[in-house]
Amino acid sequence: MAQLERGNRPLSPFMLGKYYRLQMTSVTSILTRITGNAMLVTVLLIVWWLLAAATGPDAFERADGFLRSWFGDLVMFLSLWGLWYHSLAGIRHLIWDTGRGLDLPTAYTMGYVAIGGSVVLTLLTVLVI
Amino acid sequence: MAFITDRKRARGTGATGHGTDHHWNMTVTSVALVILVPLFVFTFGSALGRPWQEVVVYYGRPFPAIVAALTLIVGMVHFRGGVQIMIEDYSDGLTRKALVMAMICISYGAAAVGLFALASLAL
Repeated sequence: MAQLERGNRPLSPFMLGKYYRLQMTSVTSILTRITGNAMLVTVLLIVWWLLAAATGPDAFERADGFLRSWFGDLVMFLSLWGLWYHSLAGIRHLIWDTGRGLDLPTAYTMGYVAIGGSVVLTLLTVLVI
Repeated sequence: MAFITDRKRARGTGATGHGTDHHWNMTVTSVALVILVPLFVFTFGSALGRPWQEVVVYYGRPFPAIVAALTLIVGMVHFRGGVQIMIEDYSDGLTRKALVMAMICISYGAAAVGLFALASLAL
């Protein structure tokens, strides 16, 4: 009978590099995780900006100055792409959760839609805002 | 021990210890965010870049303020669940528990600070 082997199990990502070749499906999957978790930085920046706006003009000047500097602009631009990418990839997961689209051709198509769509949405948003 | 079946031993020891609740919460918050995120992107995007006086007036209005508050609350609950999945994949033991707790604090902390700021701007 199988016994529990706590502490002896290999931890992810032990498969990467040696045993596993990256594919489009796995790259789009890990990008979902990276974009989702990296957006904590964006949230903290926006919360700082809101708190500064509530505090007064001097505090706002500091936070707003950082967010609108070239570095802040870069962070916000990457965040915008990350947000759209994570949204599209998340919708893909919602579709998968219903049991649909799990075959390889559909998975690939949805992966390309997430990559292409996120770039298009990012550029559209930048144009509109 | 030998009389306990594998199934009995595995019961209740899922990824979160809460069965499917975690996954259901992620599903509900992600559907909500599909609606909230575009609304937030375009309201926040239109506020960013304005001078302080205008930002205060803009976020004093109900629609942008409520969208921001909802996005922040639902977003941080979603983040809190998502980051836990990542931590559980890449760490174990005490490190895992400490990281999950730290991220819960950061998630609710950020939401609380943001809500306080929005309330101050509205009042």
